[in-house]
Amino acid sequence: MTQETLLLLSAVNLLLPLLGFVAIIFNQKRLGRNAGYFGTSLLGVNLITSIIVAATKLTQFDQAGMLQMKFDWFSLGNHSVTIGLGLDNLAAVMLIVVNLISFLVHLFSLEYMRDDKRFPRFYAYLGIFTFSMIGIVIANNFLNMYIFWELVGLSSYLLIGFWYEKDSAANAGKKAFITNRIGDFGFFAGIMILFYTYGSFMFDDIFALIGDGHLPFDNGTMLTVAGILLFMGAIGKSAQFPLHVWLPDAMEGPTPVSALIHAATMVAAGVYLTARIFPMLTADALLFVAYIGAITAFIAATIAITQNDFKKVLAYSTVSQLGYMIMAIGVGSFTYGFFHLVAHAWFKACLFLGSGSVIHAMHHSMDKAHNHSMDPQDIRNMGGLRKRMPWTYYTFLFSTIAISGVPFTSGFLSKDGILAGTLAFGSLTGHWFITFAGYSAAAMTAFYMFRLLISAFHGRPKTEIAANTHENNKFITIPLVVLSVITFFGFYSLNPFDGGTGWFYNKLKAPATVVPAQYQWSFLVPYEKLNADLHSDNCMNCSPAEAKENPHSAGMENPHSEGMGEVHAEGMENPHAEGMGEVHAEGMENPHADIHAAEANHAHGVHAGSHHAMHRFEEATHEAHVPAMIISLIIAASGIFVAFTFYQFKVFNPDTIVGIIKPFYLLSYNKWYFDEIYDASIIWFTLAFSKLLAWFDLKIVDGTVNLVGWVVNGIGHIVGIFDNVVVDGLVNLSASTIGFFGIVLRKFQTGRVQAYLVMTIIGLMLLIYFVV
Amino acid sequence: MAIGLTHYLVVSAILFSLGVFAIVTRKNAILVLMGLELILNSANLNFIAFAKFGGLNIEGHIAVMFIIVLAAAEVAVALAIVLNIYQNYHHIDVDEINSLKE
Repeated sequence: MTQETLLLLSAVNLLLPLLGFVAIIFNQKRLGRNAGYFGTSLLGVNLITSIIVAATKLTQFDQAGMLQMKFDWFSLGNHSVTIGLGLDNLAAVMLIVVNLISFLVHLFSLEYMRDDKRFPRFYAYLGIFTFSMIGIVIANNFLNMYIFWELVGLSSYLLIGFWYEKDSAANAGKKAFITNRIGDFGFFAGIMILFYTYGSFMFDDIFALIGDGHLPFDNGTMLTVAGILLFMGAIGKSAQFPLHVWLPDAMEGPTPVSALIHAATMVAAGVYLTARIFPMLTADALLFVAYIGAITAFIAATIAITQNDFKKVLAYSTVSQLGYMIMAIGVGSFTYGFFHLVAHAWFKACLFLGSGSVIHAMHHSMDKAHNHSMDPQDIRNMGGLRKRMPWTYYTFLFSTIAISGVPFTSGFLSKDGILAGTLAFGSLTGHWFITFAGYSAAAMTAFYMFRLLISAFHGRPKTEIAANTHENNKFITIPLVVLSVITFFGFYSLNPFDGGTGWFYNKLKAPATVVPAQYQWSFLVPYEKLNADLHSDNCMNCSPAEAKENPHSAGMENPHSEGMGEVHAEGMENPHAEGMGEVHAEGMENPHADIHAAEANHAHGVHAGSHHAMHRFEEATHEAHVPAMIISLIIAASGIFVAFTFYQFKVFNPDTIVGIIKPFYLLSYNKWYFDEIYDASIIWFTLAFSKLLAWFDLKIVDGTVNLVGWVVNGIGHIVGIFDNVVVDGLVNLSASTIGFFGIVLRKFQTGRVQAYLVMTIIGLMLLIYFVV
Repeated sequence: MAIGLTHYLVVSAILFSLGVFAIVTRKNAILVLMGLELILNSANLNFIAFAKFGGLNIEGHIAVMFIIVLAAAEVAVALAIVLNIYQNYHHIDVDEINSLKE
């Protein structure tokens, strides 16, 4: 298969869901329930083509970098705006994720949405969502990405508010849309900085120019700013702190939508974007990304512990896991971050569809019992569903095990990689908070997921309704089974304890950074470039002698260099880390070194294709792998153990614990009061500001207008008076003067001939007197 | 005392004044016309006097001839007007005849 065919197939992949949308939205009445079958079969075709595309890309063209197609869209002056399609290994994997989950959700909804009066419209919206999501995935430039970015925002809005008769759903839609707008504003500003500087939207053009040393405004800080602004898009879309508040509310949408959009694909778009711009993120930008991710992972995990709504727990879990991925990319663990995206997409979609299955069953049971007052999503009303719904239970169990990071699952591989990355990052930079947040979130994840599982499925039914639930039909169970099967480790790596040896890791190596060495963590700069920089004059502030003493001195200009210096000194005690520059040069002292050297050579050999090159961080991650794995195993096990002691065996009563740590419990239960804080700060401020503006408008602006009106009116009056008195006066004066003369003169007009004669004679006599 | 130009002119002036007086004061239209004749004749007298003493010679005589003819014609017309006035107003009082005013 040639590259052109491959790109053509991915274009077909993009357009088929759009076709589905157009076909369904205009024929809703005519299609009826067939809309569902039509949409599902289109997605089935799409899934098959995407698997073909991805398999071809990952086998035949795996070293080819990004296959691209570019078209000129329009010209503005000298700039022509180019758009296009691009397919690299990242996009190929993402294509399967989007299509498979979308297909399974289509299938699931055939049953779940069966009784909905807007059934065809639901499928139309799913179609336009899939279209826009694939558009993001196969964009090779920021412009395309931004367009589709907004389109997924639109479809998310439409689907959250799908049951718009409910006020809460309509409000949640608005909240999601507006919150996303804040992030998208930053994303757009970042794109504009790049377009202004480089005159292009293309990823490859921009990265190549940054690699050549062109920086926005000739300033490394501006590159950081551009990176952070672009990342703001991800903060909004991936529900990162401080814009995470919309995602839990978005659970007002139908549950399949929560699984598709708000757990597996759309919210992962932010992570995908961060992965796309990874090569251009500077050290400061990466640190920002890592901290945002770590804070999000930690906060969301603490909130998830105390929630009672089935979907809210999963929602906060999603936020927490997204924070994990973002954090992974921020610390430089690019591959594991993306791996976690994929793994998380499977098990979180499975968990959400499982919750959908439970809610659906609860609804049916409630309908039978003619009970409409109970909350079918509250886990306090469930319990004992294990016996009633075995398929749902076992798939849910597998996914819970995976998300908790138990070995032999994909979740273990990816989470372990991320934790190793944070451990390495902590030791290299001294930012231990990120490591701490990673591990504590992992412990909490294991705890709250098992709390959810035990409360909903184990023990005795807490209500009559739960006791009378029934397993759902095949439309619902098949997607669950498929999704839980692919959480098995063997799909990604044959070694269940090390994701680094699998195909996934090797096909999706982190792209080399293009940021100039003085703005990047020295441990992320490839050795070849680092060495080249040391021998050239790029290292401006250090003499060559110093540079030889300390191979990491290129990082000395970095604001974080102080911490790094110390850590480096610590690192020297570590037998693996000893003098990496020397080891690399000599290549013999360290058992790992020859492997790395070989890999580095290999990477160098295919450099043109994969853009991957060895750097210090990768080795540090390798070194941190075993301790990270041991700690994460202990932490996951203790989380699960605590959950069982609390909720299964009831050794302790959770309520007494709650009594002891009341303030923390309330903080978590009320979601850290984020909504309240935003209500009291930003929203209050916005409202106050708009009131102020309204007042300003009413008093000052209207006042000014009225004043002007009043003044003009006054002037009008004066002019009127002038007109009446002076102008009219003059006119009247002349008229009355003439009238007066008329009155006087008419006295002479007696009509008597004799009088005339007298006057003639008098006149004559006067003439004679004066003239003669 | 020889009769000179001055005497003629004085007589003529008296005649003129009498004529004007008649025109201005008389209420009867016929009497007004008669005053008019007096003025014309005072003019005639002036012409003759200037023809004799002033060197106007024959031209003075000719002018008088013309004036006499003119006066005759004028009287004819004026009397016709007076007759018409009488037919309309049934009197010929010039004080009452002020329709020129309108």
